[in-house]
Amino acid sequence: MSKLSLREVSCAFGDTLAVDRISLDIAEGEFVSLLGPSGCGKTTTLRMIAGFIRPTHGTIAVGGRVLSTPESSLPPERRGMSMIFQSYAIWPNMTVAENVGFGLAIRGLGASEVRAQVDRMLGVVRLGDLRERYPAELSGGQQQRVALGRAMVVNPEVLLLDEPLSNLDANLREEMRGEIRRLHEEFRYTTVYVTHDQAEAMATSDRIVVMNRGRIEQVADPFTLYNRPRTRFVAGFIGRTNFLAGRCNGGALHFAGFSLPAAPLTPRPEEGAPVLLSLRPQYLRLSGEAAPATAPWRLQGRILHRTYLGEQWDYLVEPAPGAAPLRVVAPPTAVHEVGASVRIEIDPAQVAVLEAGAD
Amino acid sequence: MTLGGAVRGRLAGGIVARLRHFDPTILIWLAIAAVLILLVVNPLFRLILTSLQDPVTGALTFDHYIYAYGRQRHLTALLYSLWLGLAVAAISVVLAVPIAWAVSRTDMPGKGATRILLLGAFITPPYLGAISWILLAGPNAGWLNQVWRFLTGAEAALVNVYTFWGLVIVIALYSFPYVFIFTTAALDVVSSEMEDAANILGAGKWQTTFRITLPLVLPAILGGAMVTFLEAIALFGTPALIGLPARFTVVTTQLYQFFSHPVRVEAAAAYAMPLLLVTVLLFWVQQRLLRRKGFVALTGKGGERRPIRLGRWRWALLGHTWLVLSLAVILPYAVLAQAAFAKAWGQGFSFGNLTLANFGYLLFEHQSAARSVLNSFTYGAATAFLAIGLGLAVAYIAVRRLVPFARVLSFLAMAPFVIPGIVLAIGFYAAYAPPPLSLYGTSTILILAFATRFLPIAYANSAAAVRALNPEMEDAVRILGGTRMTAIRRVVAPLLKQSLVGAWLLVFIPATRELSTALFLSGPNTRVMSVMLFDLSEEGKFEHLSALGLMLLVVTVVIVAVGYRVIGRDFMLRQQGSG
Ligand SMILES: Nc1ncnc2c1ncn2[C@@H]1O[C@H](COP(=O)(O)OP(=O)(O)OP(=O)(O)O)[C@@H](O)[C@H]1O
Ligand SMILES: [Mg+2]
Repeated sequence: MSKLSLREVSCAFGDTLAVDRISLDIAEGEFVSLLGPSGCGKTTTLRMIAGFIRPTHGTIAVGGRVLSTPESSLPPERRGMSMIFQSYAIWPNMTVAENVGFGLAIRGLGASEVRAQVDRMLGVVRLGDLRERYPAELSGGQQQRVALGRAMVVNPEVLLLDEPLSNLDANLREEMRGEIRRLHEEFRYTTVYVTHDQAEAMATSDRIVVMNRGRIEQVADPFTLYNRPRTRFVAGFIGRTNFLAGRCNGGALHFAGFSLPAAPLTPRPEEGAPVLLSLRPQYLRLSGEAAPATAPWRLQGRILHRTYLGEQWDYLVEPAPGAAPLRVVAPPTAVHEVGASVRIEIDPAQVAVLEAGAD
Repeated sequence: MTLGGAVRGRLAGGIVARLRHFDPTILIWLAIAAVLILLVVNPLFRLILTSLQDPVTGALTFDHYIYAYGRQRHLTALLYSLWLGLAVAAISVVLAVPIAWAVSRTDMPGKGATRILLLGAFITPPYLGAISWILLAGPNAGWLNQVWRFLTGAEAALVNVYTFWGLVIVIALYSFPYVFIFTTAALDVVSSEMEDAANILGAGKWQTTFRITLPLVLPAILGGAMVTFLEAIALFGTPALIGLPARFTVVTTQLYQFFSHPVRVEAAAAYAMPLLLVTVLLFWVQQRLLRRKGFVALTGKGGERRPIRLGRWRWALLGHTWLVLSLAVILPYAVLAQAAFAKAWGQGFSFGNLTLANFGYLLFEHQSAARSVLNSFTYGAATAFLAIGLGLAVAYIAVRRLVPFARVLSFLAMAPFVIPGIVLAIGFYAAYAPPPLSLYGTSTILILAFATRFLPIAYANSAAAVRALNPEMEDAVRILGGTRMTAIRRVVAPLLKQSLVGAWLLVFIPATRELSTALFLSGPNTRVMSVMLFDLSEEGKFEHLSALGLMLLVVTVVIVAVGYRVIGRDFMLRQQGSG
């Protein structure tokens, strides 16, 4: 049975539908990310789970108990959850130890018990020697750790994080996301993590929920999401890709300027139907005409443009005269001159068939 | 959907579930709404009702309007108020704009002292200024005239404060700081780059100032001028002290005369309407004027700002500044202090003339003066607590949108801003003086009226403070298991402490010196200092008057100085937005 479950949850602010009938089940101990562009409804979803916002449609249940319906909503203070906010929301009028101990004191624990648990948690988040400092005297990363410690020390039913790393610089962000994953592995709290940074979601999550305009586009583990995106939006949002739009006719896929056999593709497109494919630049290979061909799909192309990035080459290749160019990433040793004729090899097993028609 | 239906069935299964999720904030909303209706809506409603009702039968009648506007004297007073307002506004602009420009944009020396003296003018109760100016420019014994006669041997007086223009100048000397505040606020965000742009195109220093800078801040100047206009027409003390001996009345003094026996509240209510309507209208215009941000061209960061080098002109500006400040602060304070410590103020500055007897008389002999000092400060403190409590509650609910229609509450909390004090007093009189409450003359009605009058200050400051507070701080308390009240107690209150101390002082200071509201509502035991001063002025003992005034002034200065230290340099000269 799932720990946290959302059933057809919507939230409208006046005329704008911020969240549009999303359903989601999260297992006990699972780490799930909500990923999507700005304004797609991630924060709204998270705040509905926390109980700050009431859904305008649907229900939210934790451990089988319904907490939110459009008619009534258990207030956040009675949900036993924890949340980490984008601004950290560390209370500047309390010391580190008071911040971390607050939730325990509210729960009525005795002073010595609070102290023991705070000490243990400060050790876990590596803040042991800063316990009497005020937040104004802490660095951004240390404040973030206080927020983590404060949220986890109460042993929450569900841990919610809203873009917790977006105020940190790049290096610290990478360090802290490792920290968050480490702490999750240690405590295994059921976690919902909101971010618009795909690398962050991939690095931390068991599963990722990709959202767009208030709807769920796809829910999958990071590997599947990258290699088997289901919609054009997901393919474009997670990493870079090439789109090929065409039609399936007589066992072949017809694109502007060239055709490819449909047979090796799974799932095999229907006859007569429009087709949309996603080809990652990393999975395309360029080779000189003399080299032996290995992949089932081969195209004769011409280099239009190239950029040398040290670790790799970025090529822009025209797969057929007049056809839309494809982006290809090649190792630094694969040198091709602009204007040269090259063979593009494609492994159909690495090609994702997208739901045509969806944008 | 079936699942949702089942769930809903389970929830609806009992009133218990409903109660469990019941939100008690709605009760608080209702309580606050009720208080605001009592304080703001009811007095206004009763004011209008009183003006239209026959006091005996309760029937609709226009008799009170016919009486109020049917006499030449009453109409003349209306006209006098209009001219008074316009003249004060014009003179205030002339006094204030050069000083504002000099302080904000130039290298004029002595800016710090200028600001302090301006603050002095701003916190001086206008009626104290009027008393000082009677000592300075009374036709016979006034200091200026004495010096004039001594120097020239002339018989005639140089200046006479007991004239219309005397009244205008005295009011303008204590209203011009409003124009200063508005203008500097706007000038402070005009960046030097904007002026440089004109310089590069070949405009000289003066051309730039008059063609670029001043037009940019014109809406602010007009906004300030409107405030002084409204101040002038709503002012009671100065027109009473200067106008009544000079035998002319303005609207406010005429309203006061309706309250001398026999009391004609109905006529007063009818006669107060133009004052109310003009105020509402002008504030509306002013808001629209200042809202056109594009015109004020706020560059946000303010850009780089370099003071303009004045060269020889600095002496002209310095002269203007110090002349104005001498007339508003230095001379008046000097003569007030002299009279307070003098046996007879007309005998001048000499050791033989020095005495503490005036203070002794007020504090130990006079039957109610000492009491009035105590009253002023206790009522002021009670007012400040009440106004801040209410203003903060409304601000918190409105900013956090805790309930639907929170905007109604904030609108009501801001509404007294456009009600002149004297009109509010008549409204309170009409609403709460008669039975069943019969609050006339009690400290309750004074504190309630003061709190209502200064509620907008409390609300605007509280709202600004709450807005600056990240709501996630409170969300963090709640998700960890604390209620909203816990969040308010443990996080909101400690974080707002400092801004609330500032707001408290901003209410306390005007509440301790409020005259027009107090005059209509206080009784024999609830007289406050301002009313006491007014009563003493009728006895003509200027030494006692000055001693009491000086006490008020000294305490005010001390409190403002404390505020200066605790809250920061500009806490009173900031533009008090109507936010
Ligand atoms: N209180 C509100 N009133 C009106 N509209 C709102 C409110 N809160 C959010 N919205 C709207 O709902 C939509 C979703 O907002 P939400 O904050 O959930 O986005 P988000 O995915 O968290 O974006 P970001 O990555 O920028 O934080 C947006 O279009 C936003 O403008
Ligand atoms: Mg967000």
